[in-house]
Amino acid sequence: MRKEQDVDVASQWKLVWWGFKRHRVALVCGFVTLAIYLVAVFAPFLAPGSGQKTNSDYIYAPPQALQFDLDTGLYVHPYTLKQDPETLALSFAADETKKVPVGFFVKGEPYELLGFIPWDRHLFGPENPGGPPMYLLGADSVGRDLLSRIIRGTTVSMSIGLVGVLLSLVLGIVLGGVSGYFGGRTDTLIQRVIEIIMSIPTIPLWMALFAAVPASWSQLERYFALTVVISLVGWTGLAREVRGKFFAVRGEEYVMAATADGAGRLRIMFRHMLPSFTSHIIASLSLSIPSVILAETALSFIGLGLQTPMISWGVLLQEAQNIRAVSTAPWMLIPGIAVVITVLAMNFFGDGLRDAADPYKH
Amino acid sequence: MLRYIGRRILILIPTLAAISVITFVVIQLPPGDYLTTLTAQRAAQGDSMPTGELARLTERYALDEPVIVQYWQWISNILLHGDFGESFDYARPVSALLAERLPLTIALSVSTLIFIWVVSFPIGVYSAIRQYSLGDYGFTFLGYLGLAVPNFLIALLLMWIGLQFFDLNAGGILSPEYRDAPWSPAKVGDLLAHLWVPIVIWGTAGTAGNIRVLRANLLDELRKPYVVAARARGMPERTMTITYPVRVAMNPFFSTIGWILPGLIAADAITSKVLNLQTTGPLMLRALLAQDMYLAGAILLISAVLVVIGTLVSDIALGWLDPRVRLRY
Amino acid sequence: MEEPLLTIEGLRTHFFTSEGVLKAVDGVDLAVPAGKTVCLVGESGCGKSVTARSILQLVDRPGRIVEGSIRWKGGLDLAALDPTGEEIRRVRGGEIGMVFQEPMASLSPMYTVGAQLSQALRLHRDLSRQQAREEGVALLRKVGIPNAEQRFDAYPFQLSGGMCQRVMIAIALCCDPALLIADEPTTALDVTTQARIVDLMVDLRAQNDMAMLFITHDLGVVAEVADEVAVMYLGKVVEHGTAEKIFNDPRHPYTRALLRSIPKLRGGAARRRLTAIRGMVPSLRQVPEGCSFHSRCDHAIDGVCDTTAPPLKRHGEAHLAYCHLDEVPAERLDPAVQVTGRSAVEEAEPLLRVEGLAMRYPIGGGLFRKPAGFVRAVDGVDLTILPGQTLGLVGESGCGKTTLGRCVARLIEPTAGRILYREESGDEVDLAAVTGARLKAYRRQIRMIFQDPFSSLNPRMTLQQIVGEPLRTSGIAGGSELRDRVADMLTRVGLRPEYMQRYPHAFSGGQRQRINIARALITGPRLVIADEPVSALDVSVRAQILNLLTDLQEELGLTYLFISHDLSVVEHISDRVTVMYLGKVVEDADTAGLYRRPRHPYTEALLDAVPVPDPALRRERRTPDTGDDLPDPAAPPPGCRFHTRCAHVRPESCRTDVPELRAYGERRLAACHHAAQLTLAGVGSTAREVGTGG
Repeated sequence: MRKEQDVDVASQWKLVWWGFKRHRVALVCGFVTLAIYLVAVFAPFLAPGSGQKTNSDYIYAPPQALQFDLDTGLYVHPYTLKQDPETLALSFAADETKKVPVGFFVKGEPYELLGFIPWDRHLFGPENPGGPPMYLLGADSVGRDLLSRIIRGTTVSMSIGLVGVLLSLVLGIVLGGVSGYFGGRTDTLIQRVIEIIMSIPTIPLWMALFAAVPASWSQLERYFALTVVISLVGWTGLAREVRGKFFAVRGEEYVMAATADGAGRLRIMFRHMLPSFTSHIIASLSLSIPSVILAETALSFIGLGLQTPMISWGVLLQEAQNIRAVSTAPWMLIPGIAVVITVLAMNFFGDGLRDAADPYKH
Repeated sequence: MLRYIGRRILILIPTLAAISVITFVVIQLPPGDYLTTLTAQRAAQGDSMPTGELARLTERYALDEPVIVQYWQWISNILLHGDFGESFDYARPVSALLAERLPLTIALSVSTLIFIWVVSFPIGVYSAIRQYSLGDYGFTFLGYLGLAVPNFLIALLLMWIGLQFFDLNAGGILSPEYRDAPWSPAKVGDLLAHLWVPIVIWGTAGTAGNIRVLRANLLDELRKPYVVAARARGMPERTMTITYPVRVAMNPFFSTIGWILPGLIAADAITSKVLNLQTTGPLMLRALLAQDMYLAGAILLISAVLVVIGTLVSDIALGWLDPRVRLRY
Repeated sequence: MEEPLLTIEGLRTHFFTSEGVLKAVDGVDLAVPAGKTVCLVGESGCGKSVTARSILQLVDRPGRIVEGSIRWKGGLDLAALDPTGEEIRRVRGGEIGMVFQEPMASLSPMYTVGAQLSQALRLHRDLSRQQAREEGVALLRKVGIPNAEQRFDAYPFQLSGGMCQRVMIAIALCCDPALLIADEPTTALDVTTQARIVDLMVDLRAQNDMAMLFITHDLGVVAEVADEVAVMYLGKVVEHGTAEKIFNDPRHPYTRALLRSIPKLRGGAARRRLTAIRGMVPSLRQVPEGCSFHSRCDHAIDGVCDTTAPPLKRHGEAHLAYCHLDEVPAERLDPAVQVTGRSAVEEAEPLLRVEGLAMRYPIGGGLFRKPAGFVRAVDGVDLTILPGQTLGLVGESGCGKTTLGRCVARLIEPTAGRILYREESGDEVDLAAVTGARLKAYRRQIRMIFQDPFSSLNPRMTLQQIVGEPLRTSGIAGGSELRDRVADMLTRVGLRPEYMQRYPHAFSGGQRQRINIARALITGPRLVIADEPVSALDVSVRAQILNLLTDLQEELGLTYLFISHDLSVVEHISDRVTVMYLGKVVEDADTAGLYRRPRHPYTEALLDAVPVPDPALRRERRTPDTGDDLPDPAAPPPGCRFHTRCAHVRPESCRTDVPELRAYGERRLAACHHAAQLTLAGVGSTAREVGTGG
């Protein structure tokens, strides 16, 4: 039991944290989410390679099993290519006689950590960079390492969720706040606009808007165009949320008391009202990130979003569009598992956060 | 009730107008106008545009007039003549293309909607009444999973499993041997055998969402004083639950049409490509990639209008179901 | 002795929450004899509702009956039945009917009241649809619903709260139960409606010759209905006796203190300080050892009361109390409050004059449509407050008193009228016309105490931030000076200065209301508007807050505008009273005059409806029913707004002409066409006296 005195002087955030901690699943999922973001930030270091190096000798090489013995430590068996004499089909076979030792903090392809620290060490990878490559999750149609690509793709997929949601947040808070604060006609007008936008199916609208992005745009420009498109459509939900909270809080007597205390408009907004719904906004933000991730995945999957050489989970799944590709190399679906785990974790986390967001309800 | 329906329909008019404007803007978005694209397209194919054709098209879309006139020309053609323009990609009228594909899209959407309701209703009620039971946890987790797995991934997975383990081709709406065959009981059977796949795939997210909504609402209702009051007058638990709280919790259930329909249409756009269905989704995708904007715009417009009509239907159902809604107007 | 209808023995209902076991009901013994009314009284959280629900096995998870028996008609043990089983269902509704606190929420909004009534009827009785309808309409008529035929097909949200409660009573009575359990049936209702519902229940109980278990916190209502009274405190019955014994010879210190802490209508008798019970009801998580009341008891014996559970003591037949003391020593009565200098200020210039104040809200309307009409919440109100006095503002909910208070505090912008405030220099300023920075200066002089102790304190700010906010916004003080002033203010309102860093969730309702008062007084105001400051509080805490307000007024020379629906409280604290009905002032007079001799029929109806906590004064209602519920404020009746409910309505002028607020005698105003001819009953005069007098 917590001591009474601690509870008495506990601020809102402490109470939210205490409440949140009680949801075990949400707590675990919170850590998973955090871990995924760390992967996104340190992807170049964590991935064994850049994921861009093609190797025509290893087209659709299946995943290798990581093995361990006391002499070499961790290792994988290298592949040899075999051709079936009858069907002429190529297949990979592990060469049990040879070992490719796998080590930690190995030298590999150079990269820039966090975008500005040049380095060439990787958390793990084949100890001999010139030797046979390692494919823990298999290779794609041009022999690129899928594991590296998934880890590298984390950066784009996760950041697009964050950036897209932040843009929606700005639109949502401004318009929702205006709607909630002024009420009356302004409110009705903004609500009508939101209803109209919501009645247009999102994915086709995204598709149509994004199709207007010129093909000549650079990868980075496309990336930002995508976030803008997603948030242009996605702000409506947040705006409703903000407006709803605004109305609820505006009716609280303590807001009226603040007026009576002589607080000005801005002070009432920022000192008295805003703190009451920041926790709610954070919760609904964390719940909308997964939907943006899903949107990016879907758009890139059908070829209207990001494109190679940029790597995102959606781009990776684009290669699995063809059922033939999937049946020869089922591991091409693994990026989908990354998407599912991420979305699942963030949804559980967000739900827990939402439940804990108001520590004062009775 | 009539007044209520009348008001709902009146509210629709500005909404529809706004949707048409948004669609028109989308059509106008790609750089260059229709004619430049068309000319470029023809030039790429090696033939040039006949001048008469150019003039005809310019007049038809009022391309030399201000944007407002162009919009008016476009929308009045649709409203008065059912003329959505022409697809240069297919070189056919958009309306003809839609006539081929729209029925299947609508049929699938409606079947999916029914599937969603039929599945989510009993599960939602069960989950709420047996809150924190093993079954509730199971369904809740499945629900989270349903929301987290992208539709196309389920489609891919199902097809892969079908191909790998059952040697089945789950794609398409008909097996190849029936594709051009005349209608027969066997063909209908084949259609049904294929139909459930897209329905299940499209329905996952909607079902999961609906279960959550129903469960949450019913849990709220079960805590209301009228439930205790009904118990206090000796009503059997089952009758009481169904007559009172479930009846109230049904309302949000009906109003979900508004957000399930857009989701279905979105699912269509992406999964149908994987499943190789002859619906409007892949048509739109192709139109967008080819910047065949009149076709894409038409599909966007029709999807949005369908959603609006769906919302209207759900509003009317709600008014019929809930006296509070009906009598407020 | 005859076997009681219902016998509860050693009942324990506990709630198994994640924070531990809450013993909401912890060893209750109670008997309800056939044909009698037993009242279960206590403050919130004492377990009275849980006891009632336990009888019918209606306690929700995580609550559970863990021990005890509930014997019904000497045989069946209800506590042992399966809560979802067939047997208990036959008892529910069939043999025991129940009425709840929130009538509107206790009916499903999806079905007509008739449908719900018929369903209840057909559940226990073999009736056809048509028969059920006929029976239902007859029942609705019996519970006093006019136009029962039409009302049968109305939805609950189309009826008022009072009507819904009548429907609930009809449902509870539909199978002629032997026992009716009423769980705070009138708490959510207005005072006039409450009186009518209480009367109805008393009548029906007698007609049907059933027993009634009536749960309430209002001792006035208890005195009106009870044959026997059981007083509960922290999950236990502490005293049980006949109503007469409980009110005249209470044996438990808690009962005694409760009775002394409520303000009673005195009809102008000398004003006394209320005797408050100190402290507050402890939380169920920390029930004191021994006698659970010892921590608040003035007569507790160290080493006995705080260690051993009190024994049961009989004081004559059917009067028991659990207390270590054989005889509770009599407390001395506080001397009457000296009304010092109040007559002197009669001649003083008024501190505030409100003239023709109006506030209307549009209803309906949208983006392009004009509003469908206006609610005239306040419709041309005049009032005057003299410095150093308390003006009480009374009326039922929806009469516009809160809106009026907020307009005066300039929290909302009045549509029309003047608010003339006299500054210290003696100049009058029209607050309705003041805006911006100048208004801020007046916000320091006119302060407001809010009604809801929970909603009015921002849960995300500490006490120091909340109470210090007015100092900070007006730049009066900051830093350590602000801290000192807040600490000083907290001490004055009876809170420890160490609490400054705590958040509101650390405090109980009464303490929160003290914080609210501290915030209002920290700027050194001259006029304080108190909007129902005690209506959300428990009886024992209410007295503390009322005493605090009185003390602070003396100490700081404050002027109060005291808004309340509770006529006893208003009489207790006010020098002058203004009565409002549907946005208009109907009467304005000195407290004693108004309570003794009302001049407006509405005032008379209000006074008549107030339950008096003395069973000896239980009386027949003098005035006939006050008519239907409050009319729609968006479309008030023409002529005199009260004519639809007035007992003295006359054919001439009432229905057509709007009565002016006219003077009757010195400093008395009333807005009634016939005020001069009518002689109305006030407190302390009976119907018969009035009958002969008028």
